[in-house]
Amino acid sequence: MKRLMRSLNVAVALSALLTAGVAFAQSPAAPAADAPAAPAAPAPKPPTTDRQSTLFGQPQTAEAAKLAPVAGPVLPTPLAKLPLAKLHVPDGFKVEVYASGVGNARSMRLSDKGTLFVGSRVLDKVYAITSENGVQTVKVIASGLHRPNGVAFHNGSLFVAELSKIWRYDDIEANLDHPPKPTLIYDDLPKDEAHGWKFISIGPDNKLYVPIGSPGNITMPPSTHAQIRRMDLDGKNVELVATGVRNSVGFDWSPITKDLYFTNNGRDWVSEDIPNDTLHRVSADSKTPPNFGFPFCHQGNFTDPEFGWGRSCDEFAKPTALLGPHVASLGMRFYTGDMFPASYKNAIFIARHGSWNRTKKLGGDIVVVKLKEDGTFASMEPFMTGFLENNKYNGRPVDVQPMKDGSLLVSDDWNGAVYRVSYAK
Amino acid sequence: MRFAAICLALVGLSAPAMAQTVAERLPTCLSCHGAQGISDTPGIPSLAGQPADYLLVQLVLFRDKQRVSEVMNAMADGLSDDDLRGLADSMAKLAPPKASGPVLEAAVLDQGRGLVEKYRCGSCHAANLSGQEQIPRLAAQREDYLGKQLTDYKSNARAGYDPAMNEVAQEVQPADIPVLAKYIANLR
Ligand code: HEC
Ligand code: HEC
Repeated sequence: MKRLMRSLNVAVALSALLTAGVAFAQSPAAPAADAPAAPAAPAPKPPTTDRQSTLFGQPQTAEAAKLAPVAGPVLPTPLAKLPLAKLHVPDGFKVEVYASGVGNARSMRLSDKGTLFVGSRVLDKVYAITSENGVQTVKVIASGLHRPNGVAFHNGSLFVAELSKIWRYDDIEANLDHPPKPTLIYDDLPKDEAHGWKFISIGPDNKLYVPIGSPGNITMPPSTHAQIRRMDLDGKNVELVATGVRNSVGFDWSPITKDLYFTNNGRDWVSEDIPNDTLHRVSADSKTPPNFGFPFCHQGNFTDPEFGWGRSCDEFAKPTALLGPHVASLGMRFYTGDMFPASYKNAIFIARHGSWNRTKKLGGDIVVVKLKEDGTFASMEPFMTGFLENNKYNGRPVDVQPMKDGSLLVSDDWNGAVYRVSYAK
Repeated sequence: MRFAAICLALVGLSAPAMAQTVAERLPTCLSCHGAQGISDTPGIPSLAGQPADYLLVQLVLFRDKQRVSEVMNAMADGLSDDDLRGLADSMAKLAPPKASGPVLEAAVLDQGRGLVEKYRCGSCHAANLSGQEQIPRLAAQREDYLGKQLTDYKSNARAGYDPAMNEVAQEVQPADIPVLAKYIANLR
């Protein structure tokens, strides 16, 4: 009975999804014609019936090995072997290598003077990339950190977010060769490995924004998790900005409305095609933190097969856009530069790291999301593609960083590289 | 036996890490990890037949002190990327261990198999838990070592390169760990 209800629920959600006309119309994944015939496999095991298990619903067939997480190589790819020739951008745009040898390059942040700071996730390092006469120099400015994925910059100080600690390095640019001892500004954070690494940023309100992911794929999160907090730059006056957020690894503020927009990663192991990752919005004058539904409701219209019973998606704030299933939408920035054509002005560039929990991989690209004047969703188009080829990664984009000259940097943690996308009429 | 291994290791440690080829270094490694890369020393894992990608990741983590083990941090210290690649490749080529102890009782086998299915270990560690790419072979690894690693992932004392294994270990009940370790170490 339980199982029947579960599959009914999924079927209903699927049909709702198909009729809703979502952002990326997905042709229903044809049974992968390119997949090799499964070797004489033991009969498929039924999914676990343990409702408490985050592995609930996970298949165990020979095909399931395709669903294992894919971590990138541990050593950066040498310059000559970077997949530059495979990367595609629209006509008039050009991609070049900005820096290589930046092992596991993740979130990026530009200083006022033009130094690019880059965090990492599976390594322990933070890098500074300086640029002189078109030649970039990569320096390791911190190591021995635990998943230092998040970097932010304010008034000469670099902020670095480890898994459970946030540090401030004062006057960093004058001391790149001998970085100062950092000051710990905040460590009232959970230590969970799952979704523990952070994207951080400083808002137009001069507050530091810090997300805290769900401690597992799908679970009833403690009140300390699945949220975004903000605080003064010394870690004081902490308040909630958003709740019911499974895991955000990227956000930015609209240059027009100053509203916060953030990407959110949808849960795994429901199905190949739902739920989607989402783009959400918190109004600049929001008085109470909106709840975006986790773990009860995903993508604004799909109640969770486990936690959604007795709940309705109408209880929760709706997403601004659906970004594709399992695509791992990470870093995002509004584009305010003058180099790209006018149609890109104030659009959002989003790095979709690419799926693992999907037989036919999806994402592994930079998309551009355009908003209407009122800040609602207008369109989503691919911008930079080619990271994903024949269901394998050539690279995986993590974050985007607009530069002063209007070009756009893209980090690739798979190859440990940063690319520069520019436009010439 | 263990004494000899440690003496050899100390020789390895005191000799400057420079200018040794992979072939020259390998005997030191095997003095601890077993002549064929199959360990008979408690606490020391077998390496034979591990995926080369997995071994390389772990060696880089040891070198950068991201994975903490006094002895292995010292062993990997100062080695170049190419040294580590060469060592990983040579270990990966050795024939994987085979369980050789007495066959487990049916009840223990059933319990172990049940847990491996319940937690879907095979969906990442591949059929027969033989490993793939950066995910290690588990089959016929030492029981004590398996138990210790599972405990360390659960407590986050060992933070995996990719946190996927830490996430899985949060689900695994403490009482399941010895059963899993015994079952997997005797997998044939
Ligand atoms: C003095 C004994 C000793 C020597 C010599 C030694 N190791 Fe180890 N090695 C260990 C121990 C103990 C561990 C387990 C560490 C732990 O518990 O995390 C280990 C773990 C490893 C692992 C991780 C295996 C896994 O399954 O995760 C690799 C790879 C490895 N060693 C490679 C080497 C190489 C290559 C050499 C030679 C350069 C070497 N070891 C020399 C004792 C040794
Ligand atoms: C979601 C994928 C996934 C699943 C499911 C999974 N593992 Fe792992 N496992 C990994 C990865 C990735 C690593 C390597 C992590 C690292 O770098 O330390 C690993 C490492 C290990 C190790 C360390 C081996 C060594 O040589 O050091 C053990 C032991 C282990 N897993 C046991 C299990 C068991 C038992 C299960 C089922 C209860 C399981 N794993 C399920 C992904 C998984």
